[in-house]
Amino acid sequence: MDTTNVVSKPEQTYVDANVQDDNWTEVIQPRTRLLDLGLADVWRYRDLVMLFVRRDFVSTYKQTVLGPIWFFIQPLLTTITYVVIFGNVAQLSTDGLPMMVFYLSGITIWNYFAQTLTNTSTVFRDNAGMFGKVYFPRLTMPLSIVLSNLVRFAIQFGLFIVVWLYYLLKGDSGIHPNWLVLLTPLLVVVMGLMSLGLGMIFSAMTTKYRDLAMLLAFGVQLLMYATPVIYPLSSITGKYRYLILANPMTSIVETFRYAFLGSGTFDWAYLAYSVAFTLVILLLGTIIFNRVQKSFTDTV
Amino acid sequence: MSDIAIKVENLSKLYRLGEVGTGTMSQDLNRWWASVRGKEDPFATIGETNDRTKKGSSNYVWSLKDVNFEVKQGEVLGIIGRNGAGKSTLLKILSKITAPTTGSIKVNGRIASLLEVGTGFHPELTGRENIFLNGAILGMSKTEIRSKFDEIVDFSGVERYIDTPVKRYSSGMYVRLAFAVSAFLEPEILIVDEVLAVGDAEFQKKCLGRMKDVSRNDGRTILFVSHSMAAVKNICTTGLLMQNGQVSFGGTSDEVVDYYIANFLNFNSDTKIQITDAHRTNRNLSRFIEYKSIEFVNPVDNNLYSIDDDIVIAVRFTSKVDKESFRLAFSICKMDESAVGTFFSEEALSIKKGQEKEFSITIKNHQLAKGQYYFDLSVGIGNELTGTTDYDVISKTLFFEIAYKDRLKTQMMTLWHSEWGSMNFQEVELKAV
Repeated sequence: MDTTNVVSKPEQTYVDANVQDDNWTEVIQPRTRLLDLGLADVWRYRDLVMLFVRRDFVSTYKQTVLGPIWFFIQPLLTTITYVVIFGNVAQLSTDGLPMMVFYLSGITIWNYFAQTLTNTSTVFRDNAGMFGKVYFPRLTMPLSIVLSNLVRFAIQFGLFIVVWLYYLLKGDSGIHPNWLVLLTPLLVVVMGLMSLGLGMIFSAMTTKYRDLAMLLAFGVQLLMYATPVIYPLSSITGKYRYLILANPMTSIVETFRYAFLGSGTFDWAYLAYSVAFTLVILLLGTIIFNRVQKSFTDTV
Repeated sequence: MSDIAIKVENLSKLYRLGEVGTGTMSQDLNRWWASVRGKEDPFATIGETNDRTKKGSSNYVWSLKDVNFEVKQGEVLGIIGRNGAGKSTLLKILSKITAPTTGSIKVNGRIASLLEVGTGFHPELTGRENIFLNGAILGMSKTEIRSKFDEIVDFSGVERYIDTPVKRYSSGMYVRLAFAVSAFLEPEILIVDEVLAVGDAEFQKKCLGRMKDVSRNDGRTILFVSHSMAAVKNICTTGLLMQNGQVSFGGTSDEVVDYYIANFLNFNSDTKIQITDAHRTNRNLSRFIEYKSIEFVNPVDNNLYSIDDDIVIAVRFTSKVDKESFRLAFSICKMDESAVGTFFSEEALSIKKGQEKEFSITIKNHQLAKGQYYFDLSVGIGNELTGTTDYDVISKTLFFEIAYKDRLKTQMMTLWHSEWGSMNFQEVELKAV
């Protein structure tokens, strides 16, 4: 079709004399400023975040007989496996603590981090269909994952407390909790935000480079061995100790264990490192995520 | 305060064709290096206009190129154009699903878009839970949804099943519920993509009515993309015609639809057509059996038929497979692309692998009213009762016109109002009782 018989173009039919450029509610542009994170937008959609959390929770356990009890079964069985394999067969040190409570403390913490990280890292890929049809602040999705895993963590933490109380009341088990227990909320928040930040970076990158998804799948598994989950930090000496200390999850797990069980390595400097790392990753993650969300539907 | 709701300025969108993934890393680095030096994206300069029928020389294509238009508040703008004209891309950018490559859109008011109904519906959740989830996804707050909840349920007509998981719903119920949520969105600007092409006729009417209400009574701005010229004429006040990623015509909805019909759906009086890919709107079909040619048997001058004429066409297929039984189907369509009627044959045709076969179709007593029509045809298995699988579908093949009152072609039909429809019933008995 040749374009010479075009009768009129609409921009010529309208006269816009008194349009004030500053009155627009919104301007859609190719790029936004680097630090325009759209957090106000996310706040406006806070109901949606909660509904996603509810959806995740309800849909996971619909048509299961045991329902949320599965939240207990999974860490319990893992702990028992570790007790058998790492505790009895490999005879790794547990700092003189009862094996059950030692492994369970590590697993409870690690599960939250690992689960949140893996779930957030596939946000774009898993929701491509929905994201391709309707706009809502994409950040609501990873945020809701962090929160739904928090619900799960709360339940598993309850399990840990029960086991911990059992050993504590039984006495004579070498458990000496201290005032650092009060740091638990901070630990949870730092851990949640760290996994959120890392997850957002990975999810943004995987829209183009799927290889990263493969990397992450076993990377998280390997990372567990670089975190004092199945062994105490005190049992590691020499050059590997620095490697493990460089892992920002190390101080989280160790602080948690030190606070509740009274044995472990605690240092404000290590903890400060983890907090700083989290803040940097979180900022970086949000920036990258926001960059990618604008046009990921073209590449995913 | 201006009365402009949406102002689109120099909007362009570049897409990369082919595989994404190969060579992206090196191109990303190239791009990054260019932006560091403050240069333009080196790949954006080589894009071409979007004409999918021609093979381009580069891997980049401008799906939208320098689009400019404005929408006034309270305007209902219909966007029409062929497949691939850039309508969907425009909607996606307006809906903030993807970002433009250059240019900007300035918006005055809250936008909500309906590119699909039921986005985010989770099969395991109940109707009630899904109303809240879907509403929130579309940008409503919990309180807002709660206040409209009863109306939504009422509109959808699935009250009895509201606490049943939606995976147990029939597809009709599912769509009703999904549309109902969308229908009660109250943004200042609503963007709608052919979601009306779902549901049964009664429900479609309800939806169209709802859209009309929203625009007339509440004075909302609506952008409506559709293939249905009738719907655009009916609902919209203004129209925009897209072609190859550019705006080619704008005006009132009647003007635009008429312009489209006059310039894009060219009536021609060919009497025999060799089928090419240009006739195929869906190229992903298997084409086990495919159309070769279609022609009028005993062609008449300018393809002008009378009310009494039989219309006889012959179609020619070739086959890549042995097929014992298949059917053909044809629709007769009006120039605004709406179908007047459709015929499904018995699944009684057969063909051998590599064979070329011809069939003739005679339409007796067609009862079509004065006007211009064309044939769409398909070949495949299944029919209106069993559901269909098509091997090949061809569109806008032969055109013809019903013009004469009598078989001898002496009397032209002079008058037929469009509101009378497109059937001129012939076999009607009327007697006193």
